[in-house]
Amino acid sequence: MPVVMDAERISRALTRISHEIHEHNRGLSDVALVGVRSRGVPIAQRLADDLRRISGEDIQVGALDITLYRDDIMGAAAGVAPLVRKTEIPFSIDRRTIVLVDDVLYTGRTTRAALDALTDFGRPKAIQLVVLVDRGHRELPIKADFVGKNVPTSRQESVQVRLRELDGVDEVLLQGKD
Amino acid sequence: MDVASPRQVAAPPLTALRQKHLLGIADLSAEEILLVLDTAEAMKEVGQRTIKKVPTLRGRTVINLFFEPSTRTRTSFEIAEKRLSADTLNVAIASSSVVKGETLVDTAMNLEAMSPSMIVLRHASSGACHLLSRICKAAIVNAGDGMHEHPTQALLDAFTIRERKRRLTGLKVAIVGDLLHSRVLRSNVLLLTKLGAEVWVCAPATLIPAGMCQMGVRVTTRVDEAVEGADVIMMLRIQLERMQGAYFPSQREYFTTFGMTEQRVRRAKPDVIIMHPGPINRGVEIASEVADGSASVILDQVANGVAVRMAVLFLLAGGAAEGADGTEKVA
Repeated sequence: MPVVMDAERISRALTRISHEIHEHNRGLSDVALVGVRSRGVPIAQRLADDLRRISGEDIQVGALDITLYRDDIMGAAAGVAPLVRKTEIPFSIDRRTIVLVDDVLYTGRTTRAALDALTDFGRPKAIQLVVLVDRGHRELPIKADFVGKNVPTSRQESVQVRLRELDGVDEVLLQGKD
Repeated sequence: MDVASPRQVAAPPLTALRQKHLLGIADLSAEEILLVLDTAEAMKEVGQRTIKKVPTLRGRTVINLFFEPSTRTRTSFEIAEKRLSADTLNVAIASSSVVKGETLVDTAMNLEAMSPSMIVLRHASSGACHLLSRICKAAIVNAGDGMHEHPTQALLDAFTIRERKRRLTGLKVAIVGDLLHSRVLRSNVLLLTKLGAEVWVCAPATLIPAGMCQMGVRVTTRVDEAVEGADVIMMLRIQLERMQGAYFPSQREYFTTFGMTEQRVRRAKPDVIIMHPGPINRGVEIASEVADGSASVILDQVANGVAVRMAVLFLLAGGAAEGADGTEKVA
């Protein structure tokens, strides 16, 4: 199973993205990060650590569960529906720049759901999107602002992101048809 | 497809209920009960937002069919349905065809013809929900059937206990009151024993149903013994409307012998919580100081009821989409 990103590569990509977020927003006073559960959350946490090192500012981090906003959940066969977990955004998102963080960008449907969910929490000044991997095949007009790595894939393949915090190891794998 | 990897941990956690209906706790495994409670945690967070609504059940219709008076349960279900964006409608029996002599089955088949996704049913006859589940395509949610079960009440009680005590296993739970007529008791005993709590039940001998000992609980007629060292005291309502059978001499005597007073509560653990499914009869089964005291979680139970019912509706809606019901897809 080919490894498309190893620990070193992931770490460098996230450091670069942190610099890009810092540069793009000309300071971080009104920026907050929101990770999409589950793997977006540790990535957001790492970006916040990097941003603190770069700017000296503390960045708030929230966690968003989008299960209740999915467009496929009620069509899913029993047993496939994901577990609903808590959304934890312990700060106001009104008039702030929210950087949404997810592991993989594919059809764009998760991002669509995340945008809907965020809207229920307030009216941010802007929402930007960070993904560790963009694997293409968009079904909605959605584009990431910051990308760790573009990975060309076919629809039959699957991209697996593993993170230290949840899986004990940092790596991105591309799995074939079988 | 994940199976090939040695790093992947064993079986994936359960994320859906195995049955289409919620007829009783008897049908649920411990794992399924915990799934409902975990899902309810997320639903509780929705209720704490400024905008207390998610689009999950958009386009689904839920009928609340209540053949018995109910304030708490019906409002709780209705709020839960609305927070999930379902279209809800309440059939008020006093103004329905039932007063013209229509049977339960005919009423249900007529409602069914309008393709609801779910029917929440409260009925005075035990087994009414099972009956409907056999003839309806809609998922049936039992909101209390006769003296049989009231599963969502037991689930919200368990949620409330877990919220306070962080666990259910190994807790001593004393249930005191009318055991004979109580569907809340049956559901709670089934649930608590499945999750490993030590359950004591206490009532006058006339209000203890036959076969109680076979349910895996300790039975006593002495309140002090039931309450001794308890982590949770759960009171059951003395159903005044069912007390024509001279089960005890007077309400006052009942209160003296079985009523929960501050004095009796002192025998329990210092951090005991007091529960009651409502509506409470002050000065019959429970003293006002206890019902309104700092150990009382009676209003937490009501608040948690909405989150637990959202979890049940959500899990049943997800599970039911699998096959048999053509209802949603045709529409």
